[in-house]
Amino acid sequence: MSGKGVLEIVNLHAKVGDEEILKGIDLTLKKGELHALMGRNGSGKSTLAKVLMGHPEYEVTDGSVTLDGEDILELETWERARLGIFLSFQYPQSVPGLQVGNFLRKSVSTVRGDDAPKARDFRRELNSAMEKLSVDKKFLGRYVNDGFSGGEKKRLEILQLMLLKPQLAILDETDSGLDIDALRTVATGINASVSDAACLIITHYQRILDYVNPDYVHVIIDGKIASSGGPELARKLEESGYEWLEEGVNE
Amino acid sequence: MTSSDARDVVGDYEAGWHDPETSTIRFDAGLSEKIVRDISGLKNEPEWMTEVRVKAYHHFINQPMPSWGNLEILDNIDFEAITYFLRSGDKTEKDWDDVPEDIKRTFNRLGIPEAEQKWLGGVTAQYESEAVYHSIREDLEEQGVIFLDMDSGLREHEDIVKKYFCSVVPFQDNKFSALNTAVWSGGSFIYVPKGVKVEMPVQAYFRINAKNMGQFERTLIIADEGSSIHYVEGCTAPTYSTESLHSAVVELIAHKGAHIRYSTVQNWSNNVYNLVTKRAVANENATVEWVDGNIGSKLTMKYPAVILKGTGAHAEVISVAYAGNGQHQDAGAKVHHLASNTTSKILSKSISKDGGRGSYRGMVTVGKKAENCKVNVVCDALILDEESQSDTYPTMEISNPTCRSEHEASVSKVSDEQLFYLMSRGHNEEEAMALIVNGFFEPFTRELPMEYAVELNKLMALEMEGSIG
Ligand SMILES: Nc1ncnc2c1ncn2[C@@H]1O[C@H](COP(=O)(O)OP(=O)(O)O)[C@@H](O)[C@H]1O
Ligand SMILES: [Mg+2]
Repeated sequence: MSGKGVLEIVNLHAKVGDEEILKGIDLTLKKGELHALMGRNGSGKSTLAKVLMGHPEYEVTDGSVTLDGEDILELETWERARLGIFLSFQYPQSVPGLQVGNFLRKSVSTVRGDDAPKARDFRRELNSAMEKLSVDKKFLGRYVNDGFSGGEKKRLEILQLMLLKPQLAILDETDSGLDIDALRTVATGINASVSDAACLIITHYQRILDYVNPDYVHVIIDGKIASSGGPELARKLEESGYEWLEEGVNE
Repeated sequence: MTSSDARDVVGDYEAGWHDPETSTIRFDAGLSEKIVRDISGLKNEPEWMTEVRVKAYHHFINQPMPSWGNLEILDNIDFEAITYFLRSGDKTEKDWDDVPEDIKRTFNRLGIPEAEQKWLGGVTAQYESEAVYHSIREDLEEQGVIFLDMDSGLREHEDIVKKYFCSVVPFQDNKFSALNTAVWSGGSFIYVPKGVKVEMPVQAYFRINAKNMGQFERTLIIADEGSSIHYVEGCTAPTYSTESLHSAVVELIAHKGAHIRYSTVQNWSNNVYNLVTKRAVANENATVEWVDGNIGSKLTMKYPAVILKGTGAHAEVISVAYAGNGQHQDAGAKVHHLASNTTSKILSKSISKDGGRGSYRGMVTVGKKAENCKVNVVCDALILDEESQSDTYPTMEISNPTCRSEHEASVSKVSDEQLFYLMSRGHNEEEAMALIVNGFFEPFTRELPMEYAVELNKLMALEMEGSIG
C-alpha cells in the first residue's frame, strides 16, 4: 500500500448536540508519517480524535473518513480498534477492579486477533515495553487508571500503544502533565511504536516535538485546519503564538 | 403417597439412607405436626431432636411473615404447596428434557462436564466426584476433623450436635429458621479439634448429591480453640430446582482463637425463594469471615451474621449480589459487638440489571460494655440500566462512645466514557460491560478459590450478553 494514503479525512463536519465543532477538516496521513496537530484549548482537537475513534456522542454531519480506502465511519468503536486504530486518551478512564496486566492481555488478544502473541511471547513483549517506559512490575497488579497520577495514566496509554501495535495512532495531549524526564521516556515509547504506522500527535506545546520529530504540522482553529507545514511551523507557533493565524482566519 | 403410609413402604431405618436410590418417599404437599414427627421417625432420630422439630413447627405456624424485605414476593410463597420431605430415588429424578434450554446453554458455555450438568439440573441424584470427597475425608480424618452430612453427624456424634444445635440460631429466631428446624434434612456437620489448621478449603461441592442439596439444609461447623477451617459451598453454575423454597440454616461456632471462613457462591434458577439464616459466634480472639455471593433466584433474603462474644474477636462479611430480570437480592450483614476490642468489616456490593433490584440491609450493634470497638461498613451498588434499582437499609446502634465507626455507601452507573475507553481497546459493548462488572466484583472474587473465581467471571460475562442492543 505504499504511496497510498492510509488515513484520509475529507471535509469532516461533526457536531455535539446542536453545536457544530468540526467545520470541514481535510487531512491525509500516510504510513510511516508523523503529523502534529496543534491548536488552542477548545479548538476541536479532542473532538477530532474522538470522532475518528467513533465516540457515540458526536454526530458526523458531512464528509468522510477512510482507512486504506475503507469507510470507517460506519464501524463501531471496537471494530475500528481491531482494524488498527488506537487513541491515547487525553483523560483516560479508570476501571476499578480491573487489573492492568489482565486488561493488557485481553486487549492485545482482541485487537491483534490471530497475530496476538502467545502467553510467553506476550510476557516478553510486556516486560520489554515496561522497561522502556520505566514502569514498575507492581503496575500490573493495580487497577486500570484507578488512583493513578497524571504521569502514570499517560505511561499506561503509551504502554498500550506499544503492545497493541496500531497502524494508525492518535495521541491526544500525551505530553501534558509530564515532567521533562517522563516526557523523554514516553517519547521513546512513541518513537518505538509508530515508525511503521501513521501517527497523529495532538498537542498545544512545541515541547514534545523536540523528542518526536513530526514530518508535518497542522494548526486547527475553530474546527478547521488553518495552516499546514513542516516542523518550522511548530517553532513559529512557539515564538509568535496563534494570533497571526487567527487574524488570517477572521479576515 | 401420604405421610402415614410412607414408613410402611420403606420400613424402619436400619443402616441409614446410604443406599436409598431404589425407593422413593415423597410426602404430600403441606405441613403438619404429624409430618414433622414422621420425618424425624423415618430418620430414627433421638427423642430430643423430634421434640425440637415439633416445637419449631408450632413456632413456625404461629410466627407471622417478616414485616420487611420484599413483601410482595414473600406473600406469594404458598407453604401448602411445598413438599417438605423428599428422599431422592430414581423416580423423583427429572428428565434432562425438562431442564430449561437457557440453563443447558449456560452449562455448555461454562464448560461444565456432562455428568455434572445432569447433577446440577437435578437429573441425577448422585454425582461421581463422590470418590474425590472420600479421599478428602480421609485426609481430614487423619487430623481428627469430622466432616459428615448433618444426618450422619447427628447419628455418629449426637453429643456434639446436641450441645450446639440451635445454640447460635434458635428456632424462635425467625419464621424461616423455625421452618428449617422443623423439617431440616441434609447439610454439613464439621468439627475441627483444638489447634488443627485445615490447610485446603473444604468443599461441599465434592460431596454433592441430592440429600446435601435439600431445600432445608442444616449446617453446623464447630472450630475448637486455635483451629482454622475454610469451608466452601455452592457453585457458580445455575442450579436448577423445581422446588421453589430453599431455606437453609447455618450455625458456626469459633472457639477462642479459632478462624472460620465460610464461602458461598449460589446461582439458583429464577423460580427459587432463597431464604437463609447464617449466623456465627466468635469467642475470644476468634475470627469469622463470611464470603457470600448470590446470583440468580427470584428472591434472596440473606444476612450472614456474626456475634462477637469474646474480647478481641473479629468479623468480616464480604458479599456480592447480582439481580437480573425479575430478581430481587435482599442481602447484607449483621454484626453484634458484645465484647471489648472487637472489630468488624462489612463490604457489600450489588449489581442490578434488566429491571433487577439489589438491596443492602445491614445491622451493626455495639453493646454498652463493649469498649474500643471498630466498625467499618462499605456498600457499593452498580446499576446497569434505567429499569434497575438499588436501595440500602443500613442500621447502626452504637451504645458505647469509645467505638470508632466508618460507613461509606455509593451508587454508581456505568458511564459512557468508561465504555468508550474499553471499546477503543477492541472490546465490544458486552465485553466492556463484563470487564467493568467483574472489576466491580473483584474485591469479592479475589477471596474465592481460583476455580470459583474463574467461573464467576465467566458467568458474569455470560450475564452481560444478549441484552445489550
Ligand atoms: N461532549 C461535548 N459536549 C458539549 N460540548 C463539547 C463536547 N465536546 C466538546 N465540546 C466543545 O467543543 C469544543 C472543542 O472541544 P475539544 O475538542 O475538547 O477541544 P480541544 O481538545 O481542542 O481543547 C469546545 O468548545 C468544547 O466545549
Ligand atoms: Mg483536548
